[in-house]
Amino acid sequence: MDGDVTPFAEPDDSGRFGRFGGRFVPETLIPALAELEAAFRDAWADKAFRDELDGLLRDYAGRPSPVTECERLSELIGVRVLLKREDLNHTGSHKINNVLGQALLARRMGKQRVIAETGAGQHGVATATAAALLGQECVVYMGDVDMERQALNVFRMRLLGAEVRPASTGSRTLKDAVNEAMRDWVASVETTHYCLGSVMGPHPYPWMVRELHRVIGDEAREQCRAILGGADPDVVVACVGGGSNAAGIFSGFGSIAGTELWGAEPAGGAAVGHGVPGIVHGMKSFLLQDEWGQVTEAESISAGLDYPGVGPEHAFLADIGRARYEAVGDDEVLDAFATLSRTEGIIPALESAHALALVLRSREELAGKTVLVNLSGRGDKDVQQVSDLFGPDAGRDRGLR
Amino acid sequence: MTEPAGIGHGRLEAHLRAARDAGRKLLVPYITGGITTGWVDLLHAAALAGADAIEVGIPFSDPVMDGPTIQAASLQALERGTTPASILSDLRAGAAELDVPLVVMTYVNVPFRMGARRFAAELVEAGVSGVILPDVPLEELDEWSPAGDAAGLETVMLASPISPDDRLAALCARSRGFVYGVGLLGVTGERSAVGERTALLAKRLKAITDLPVVMGFGVSTPEQAAQIAADADGVVVGSALVREVLDGADPEAVGHFVADLRAGLDAN
Ligand SMILES: Cc1ncc(COP(=O)(O)O)c(C=O)c1O
Repeated sequence: MDGDVTPFAEPDDSGRFGRFGGRFVPETLIPALAELEAAFRDAWADKAFRDELDGLLRDYAGRPSPVTECERLSELIGVRVLLKREDLNHTGSHKINNVLGQALLARRMGKQRVIAETGAGQHGVATATAAALLGQECVVYMGDVDMERQALNVFRMRLLGAEVRPASTGSRTLKDAVNEAMRDWVASVETTHYCLGSVMGPHPYPWMVRELHRVIGDEAREQCRAILGGADPDVVVACVGGGSNAAGIFSGFGSIAGTELWGAEPAGGAAVGHGVPGIVHGMKSFLLQDEWGQVTEAESISAGLDYPGVGPEHAFLADIGRARYEAVGDDEVLDAFATLSRTEGIIPALESAHALALVLRSREELAGKTVLVNLSGRGDKDVQQVSDLFGPDAGRDRGLR
Repeated sequence: MTEPAGIGHGRLEAHLRAARDAGRKLLVPYITGGITTGWVDLLHAAALAGADAIEVGIPFSDPVMDGPTIQAASLQALERGTTPASILSDLRAGAAELDVPLVVMTYVNVPFRMGARRFAAELVEAGVSGVILPDVPLEELDEWSPAGDAAGLETVMLASPISPDDRLAALCARSRGFVYGVGLLGVTGERSAVGERTALLAKRLKAITDLPVVMGFGVSTPEQAAQIAADADGVVVGSALVREVLDGADPEAVGHFVADLRAGLDAN
């Protein structure tokens, strides 16, 4: 393997993590990506920028998010489970960490307009929120299938002053929203910042978005040590769509050799699981595609994980064996959703329930160990969807008891 | 300007240079491969009507540089079961006697998935001279060009109105066949008027390269073609032609459409 890039360091000069990453974009975007990389590098080294961002994360978003010890769940499954509570952030998920950073960066670059793609609507809501806070114009692209599935989030974005534009080509879900956002950006790049929502896309996004989420892992490591008497968890688990919440929490534990990193992919969108490299949306990574390279659609119960690719750093971590990725099916996810709700009084996002489902499934392998799960978001947005699936008994018979 | 070793001027560049040097403005129509059953007949009609080269699109599921018309054409072709193999097989069967060079335009995942060497070999076998990959900038050329160069294919680079001078020079040095000037910020699609950026970029390119300079994106009418070609060596016409085909144009109608563009360019 490529020995030049260590886990959770900077990618190489070509924006690669091992054999993945890069900058596969039209010529028009090259100057903008170079500008963005320079601006981020400069801002990230600037104490005033970091202080302003930390201040917003604290006073606006509510950081640090707590780590919660799950006593009843732990007893039930024989695994000590800790949750990193990104669900308690303002706007209800980890997405706000990245978005506040990019919104400040857009202002620093003199760009008054921000655009974003969204699947479940969480990144769109977070972007609309930050744009409202900073007085920026905001346009969010969303597949029209998702606009229907997540109508409440569409309303939220509009309430926050954003314009929501339907992506009505292709599969009309997240990947098409990314296509539309890129098409907008190719035309508007001189005045617009593209606020990408995960550790994907062309360099510098995978690196920049991971750095903006590193706070999750840095906080969690210290919080775990306080709870565990100076020890680290045996395993850190996160769900993986594009991979931003996973990259954020993993990066806090990358140098701790005794801590395993596990990613939970949706069975219908397991890009790492399929292991076929491809190039789309500016990056080389693992990609769901047919034998001719046509990108196929991801399909899972959670709109936020319905992405056929995965961030290039995860492909790299899988390649070098530093992280392990498992596919989780919709049924297990619903069981985990019900289990956490009943045992801990915490309704998780369906995305985050993938990480929990992986722990529940692996409870024999994990017996007696300590596991930190990134609870990337809260389930309020999913309650309607799950209520349609569970019916009036609200999943009384689902999950572990 | 240095040329990477082993890259010669191929058929595409020779053909376009000869036409240009004879005082002719270059016309390069674009047609999505597999858009209709008899799509290869459209190439013959375009060639007869005065095309100097023809761009053949191999449809990709996620064409981020394309607007609604070419997206719709790509989708229509894919839904008909079109694959890179079916397009190349159609070309082998029906395009051998075309006397204008063909340039394939697609997105990088298509050659990447097939394997660049196999893709290059199959293009050559199908009689294709050049390749355009809009999502492969100079920095990522290694993904494609070792295989493409070795096979003798001419890789056409795209220049943007916001490429700085040093990049334009590097793009022209690396481009083969012609240099493709993207005359606007944005994706393919018809435009009602030609913006200022088009002439500006054409002039910047003409000032630094002897390669044929062909401008594309948004060129929709014979008048626009003539206006743009005043500062360049020629034009690519894509969406406006593809829309005709989507609306049911047969080879004869495509021939008329291309002939009108030809007349517009020749009237200059
Ligand atoms: C709560 C939550 N978790 C996870 C994800 C998936 O994104 P990522 O893999 O980038 O963390 C989303 C995306 O919408 C989300 O809303």
